[in-house]
Amino acid sequence: MAWLGSASLVAALLTALYAAGASLYGGIAGERRWVLSGRRAVYCMAALLALAMAVLEAAFIRSDFSFELVARNSSEATPAFYKVTAMWSSQEGSLLLWVFLLSVYSTVVLALLRNRLREIAPYATAVLSAIAVFFLALVVFAESPFTTLAAVPADGQGLNPLLRHPAMMIHPPLVYSGYVGFSIPFAFAIGALITRRTGAEWIQATRRYALIAWTFLGFGIMLGALWSYTELGWGGYWAWDPVENASLMPWLTGTAFIHSVMIQEKRGMLRRWNASLIAATFVLALLGTFLVRSGILDSIHAFGASTLGKPFLGFIAVVLVGSVALIASRWESLRSEGRIDSLMSREAVFAGNNLVLVGICFVVFWGTFFPLISEAVTGTESTVGPPWFNRYVTPLALVLVLLAAIGPLFAWRRMTARALRRAFLAPGALTLAALVAMLALTPAAESPTSLLMFSFVAFLLGVVVQEFSRGVSARRTMTGQGRLAALGGLVSRNRRRYGGYIVHSGIALLFLGVAASSAFVEQRDARLAPGESIRVGDYTLTYREPTARILDDRSGTGAPVTLGAAIEAEKDGKRFKLLPSRNYYGAPEPEEDAPFRGFFEGEATSEVDVRWGLVRDLWVAVQPDLGALEAPIAEADREFRDLPADAQGLLVAAIAERFRRAPSEVNVRVLVSPLIAWIWIGSGIAVLGALVALWPEGRRPLAGLYAARVGREAREPAPA
Amino acid sequence: MDPRRKRKLRLAVLLSVALMLAAALVYTSFSAATETRQPSEVLASAEKGRSYELTGKVVDGSVDRGDDMLRFRIRDRAGTESVPVEYTGAVPDPFREGREVIVTGELRDGVFVAERDSLVTKCPSKFTNADDS
Repeated sequence: MAWLGSASLVAALLTALYAAGASLYGGIAGERRWVLSGRRAVYCMAALLALAMAVLEAAFIRSDFSFELVARNSSEATPAFYKVTAMWSSQEGSLLLWVFLLSVYSTVVLALLRNRLREIAPYATAVLSAIAVFFLALVVFAESPFTTLAAVPADGQGLNPLLRHPAMMIHPPLVYSGYVGFSIPFAFAIGALITRRTGAEWIQATRRYALIAWTFLGFGIMLGALWSYTELGWGGYWAWDPVENASLMPWLTGTAFIHSVMIQEKRGMLRRWNASLIAATFVLALLGTFLVRSGILDSIHAFGASTLGKPFLGFIAVVLVGSVALIASRWESLRSEGRIDSLMSREAVFAGNNLVLVGICFVVFWGTFFPLISEAVTGTESTVGPPWFNRYVTPLALVLVLLAAIGPLFAWRRMTARALRRAFLAPGALTLAALVAMLALTPAAESPTSLLMFSFVAFLLGVVVQEFSRGVSARRTMTGQGRLAALGGLVSRNRRRYGGYIVHSGIALLFLGVAASSAFVEQRDARLAPGESIRVGDYTLTYREPTARILDDRSGTGAPVTLGAAIEAEKDGKRFKLLPSRNYYGAPEPEEDAPFRGFFEGEATSEVDVRWGLVRDLWVAVQPDLGALEAPIAEADREFRDLPADAQGLLVAAIAERFRRAPSEVNVRVLVSPLIAWIWIGSGIAVLGALVALWPEGRRPLAGLYAARVGREAREPAPA
Repeated sequence: MDPRRKRKLRLAVLLSVALMLAAALVYTSFSAATETRQPSEVLASAEKGRSYELTGKVVDGSVDRGDDMLRFRIRDRAGTESVPVEYTGAVPDPFREGREVIVTGELRDGVFVAERDSLVTKCPSKFTNADDS
């Protein structure tokens, strides 16, 4: 079947080339027929890529090890869920996924566009097809996912055990959907620049895609953090690692973009800024794909050394130089229509928030590329650690939350001091009350930055509640509905605005979780003998007994051996049991004279046990001491090295049983993190808010009357 | 003040603030950074009391898990010169002989004494095989 996959990729490449050419010619010559033909070619490309994806997925599901990719990333024993998702754990598969998602996005945007944006759309189609051409050329000529093996192995190598976590399998497609999604507004921005139609129409047509991309990317980043917290066994969720940073950067500029386009829609301002921002976001998205792809993960020195480095860097350079040149050549037609009249206006707050977001992005960029920068400047490679990042990002994040809090209080254009006072009164009082409560009841004062962040979060939530309650009472006066009905009506008629507020509350809660858990976490590492206890925070943990399981790990990753500890935790007289463990996946090719040792070497991963809580998490990881097993393993290797494979399993089970019977010491790491759950809850709320903002709005017969009542936000243009 | 001058002034203030921030960023990144060295470089020219980021591969057969201290040797990525490391704290899951690791610390009497919890194992990239990373 591999020939079918290869053939469809070649056909897709030719189709993409044709789509780019036909759309471009149709746009320049004004030939509708060619434009239409180019558009249909995009649909056709999407169908061909869907076929290629189906062929590859089928090979993974059938465990067809004649596919080199399947043999390398899957195996008979790999659980079904991980067989399906193993497709994108390889470089080749993930490149195919990238271009497949691009073709899906392009198809959807073009199909929904119908006959609008006649001038811009052909160029946008050409840009999207050109991006597809690049990625397709990579999978056809350099990194084919359909390479076959002449000698078909009996079994595959299996999926990297570290990746066997649900969050890690959904994470790549989400992040990719984010990266790829930004190519839609980018392509239309380029089309708008070429045709000099630089008003708000390209934004109205694509802002929804920017928001979709933003939501996917944000959700993907969050799942990556959750994976780090529950799977990596170090207890953190963010380490300012180059790959994490790579995904954060386009998200930051994307956040700036979805805010600043509102100013262009409403006031005709910031056109140059918006065009530059979306170009930067797309370049950063490509860079993000590249950083992971290039092997920079393994070593910063692999930069450009991998086979993909040169074409990828070349493509990024073309996109960057092309965008800059295009924006520069259209500089005059990008002149703003309006100006910021007053610093006491919503557009001024938006502009401020944009600067802060781009500032954070710059900090992250500088720190991520510092090894390369310092090597170029001083000749020695140096790195900056998390403290350096935190030093700059923390104050910027504080300003960001403050601006997000006060934004809704300001009207467009300008605002009188009196109106401002009135708007600030209730949220200000709430913040003060929260501050007093925190000082009196919690140790929050020990960390001034956290205290500041908590206050800003309280203020933001106060503002959001005030906005909702004002809207609800205005609506009740007008329609005479009950509270709940009025709330439903309010949100469903102003989805973008109130969805945005929900997102803000979610992000504020996320910041609350980050601030509280990083300032007030209690951590202890200890080595415990059976029966020994340690105290961490308000918890007393006692190591009761070792645990051992064969082919039965709790998260179903297919680990042959799982060793761990039963730990009893006690707080305020309440007792509960925690079962942290470690999965041993065995060496892929154990030495011939030591088959049993092989079972306990090779890859191993932590199976952390977390007692989740809204107030605090209790997080425990163990590292069992295999010293006690040295003797039985050596004995088994000596006496039974020629045992057939199925009998080996029984003996391994016996060794594991011995581990359980003869308790040895374990190394444990215990974390008590206050409010850390709000990071995940806040992210969830933010995604929910984004969905509210994205949901298509129906007709609104009452719009005029309603607008007159609610007032200032009224003339929002109907979403495209 | 007339609005045009006011705008210009605002822009000037904004630009200078941004410039100052950028300058601080550049300055601190160079002064706060720890230099990345390979074992042979550390052995040849380590200043006393200065901390370095040591990067290289874990030497086969050198790992010794003591009671609360992990001892191992790190060698050059392409080479055989190696330096002994003493480490305390959490050991990341992917830590393995032959793997590339980074650890921060300083050289004391020929032994690289690592800071607590500073051991980072370069992720076995999901895009390459675990064995050839």
